[in-house]
Amino acid sequence: MPETQQQISADEVAHLADLARIDLSAEERERLAPQLAVVLEYAASLDGVAGDDVPATSHPLPLRNVLREDVPQPSLTAEEALSGAPAVEQQRFEVPRILGDEQ
Amino acid sequence: MSDTLVDYDDAVSRYDPALGLEVHVELGTATKMFCGCTTAFGAEPNTQTCPTCLGLPGSMPVANRTAVESAIRIGLALGCSISEDCRFARKNYFYPDMPKNFQTSQYDEPIAFDGFLDVDVPLEGGGTETVRVEIERAHMEEDTGKSLHVGTSGRIHGADYSLVDYNRAGIPLIEIVTRPVTGLGARAPEVARAYVAQLRDLIVALGVSDARMDQGSIRADVNLSLAPAGSGTLGTRTETKNVNSLRSVERAVRYEVGRHAAVLDAGEKVFQETRHWHEDTGITTAGREKSDADDYRYFPEPDLVPVAPSREWVEELRGTLPEPPNVRRARLQEAWGFSELEMRDTVGAGALDLIEQTVADGAAPQAARKWWLGELARRANDAGTELVDLAVTPADVARVQALVEEGTVNDKLARQVLEGVLAGEGTPDEVVAARGLAVVSDDGALSAAVDEAIAANPDVADKIRDGKVAAAGALIGAVMKQMKGQADAARVRELILEKLS
Ligand SMILES: [Zn+2]
Repeated sequence: MPETQQQISADEVAHLADLARIDLSAEERERLAPQLAVVLEYAASLDGVAGDDVPATSHPLPLRNVLREDVPQPSLTAEEALSGAPAVEQQRFEVPRILGDEQ
Repeated sequence: MSDTLVDYDDAVSRYDPALGLEVHVELGTATKMFCGCTTAFGAEPNTQTCPTCLGLPGSMPVANRTAVESAIRIGLALGCSISEDCRFARKNYFYPDMPKNFQTSQYDEPIAFDGFLDVDVPLEGGGTETVRVEIERAHMEEDTGKSLHVGTSGRIHGADYSLVDYNRAGIPLIEIVTRPVTGLGARAPEVARAYVAQLRDLIVALGVSDARMDQGSIRADVNLSLAPAGSGTLGTRTETKNVNSLRSVERAVRYEVGRHAAVLDAGEKVFQETRHWHEDTGITTAGREKSDADDYRYFPEPDLVPVAPSREWVEELRGTLPEPPNVRRARLQEAWGFSELEMRDTVGAGALDLIEQTVADGAAPQAARKWWLGELARRANDAGTELVDLAVTPADVARVQALVEEGTVNDKLARQVLEGVLAGEGTPDEVVAARGLAVVSDDGALSAAVDEAIAANPDVADKIRDGKVAAAGALIGAVMKQMKGQADAARVRELILEKLS
């Protein structure tokens, strides 16, 4: 067991749920808090492996500048693009009404 | 519910505004940022998408070289340092205009940083004052899809459902962020406007975007805060979005100054939030509470490798930078000998490039200005179009002016020549030939007309014989009438004086 026990409050779970657009009941928030703490603990165990002198790795291969030329490639047809849409209107994806505002 | 506002002059006498601007430039690349879908404006909905820009599982993005070059060139034009190694990052949020549920952006490693733009802010009594606006960063990201809100009220919050077109999703954007600009006092709104205008001109000069605010290819978010006058602190800011014209940039800053002042006067705290700008009513309304960067859970984009522009590449791109528009304007004004007002009218009419080219094609600057801002501006106005869209080229205008100077046509006929060119009748020379517009240079015909005029006006002729040369005007008029205007008045005068001396 790591020395420091990660603590996650029910409020933090509520905030995360809000960001993830998941509706959780009070009971679910209570239940999920300790479970998320376990996940964090698991991830935190990596801290013990790499010291401060090892930079965080985002890409395992030392590749740089993989770029494509600005040349058009065929797109999907509108029909293909919309084939996975739950609902379609006016050749557009129909989605539930928007609660927040635009980013 | 309408906001309480403090009178603007009162507000800026007691509070110091701090300004920040975030400008998004939609690049004019042929394809999107991370896929080969085309980017044309106004295509049928959802005809420019693919698995990558729809965020379908298994698709892999690859960055567009031209977009990266454009980002570097914008950075260089703004005096920025260019990162030696930078990554893309995922900005996570759930909103239906972003099909991947994250926007590919850059977070703590922008491609360009630490620059500035010296903004020429017009002064009321003429002239300009230069204000340096510091650029914090310019980074690469992608645009979102376009939502159409369907419902009874027409407002976003009242919409029953939304319809999304992903043609725009994934088009390259460069976001240019200033540092807070302080010490502007009452001039903050004008500086904001002048900054966006000059940045737009720079973007156009770089040729990286058409930078049309009306089509959303350049969009400004306006950050504003107030601090008690002389305190040297920064207050809580609001970020006003959806500001899509230069005039609105100015108005939005003004509005928020008055609103913040009222909140602070009431002893309350300004709420850190986004505000929506309403073009029709000229007010802002509360949007969502501003998220902390933490809430976006940025992390390095694992599907895209870092961009590490070599110094050779950066220098090569530096070599492609155009002369800054304000420097070019000053140079041309000097070279052409235009007054400040003439220059401002020229720029305002969108005639700078046209006059420059007309001069290059051989016309004198003032003559070029006269045609473009006179006759042609009138015709463009009548047709409800821009000068640049008229069916006449700078070479045509230079040729018309040459025809005037060599005496082939006079001013009045020259206008008819332009009319013919605009009507698609051919080059100026073709119009002159087809319409028979050349002044009569055949001295025989002219001489006969002069004789006729002298015979018809013996009193006037006598006066001229007595040395009253000014009286010649009446005879010149008679001859011009006889020749239906197609004569060179100076040559007519010469002939009259010859015959009556
Ligand atoms: Zn695509």
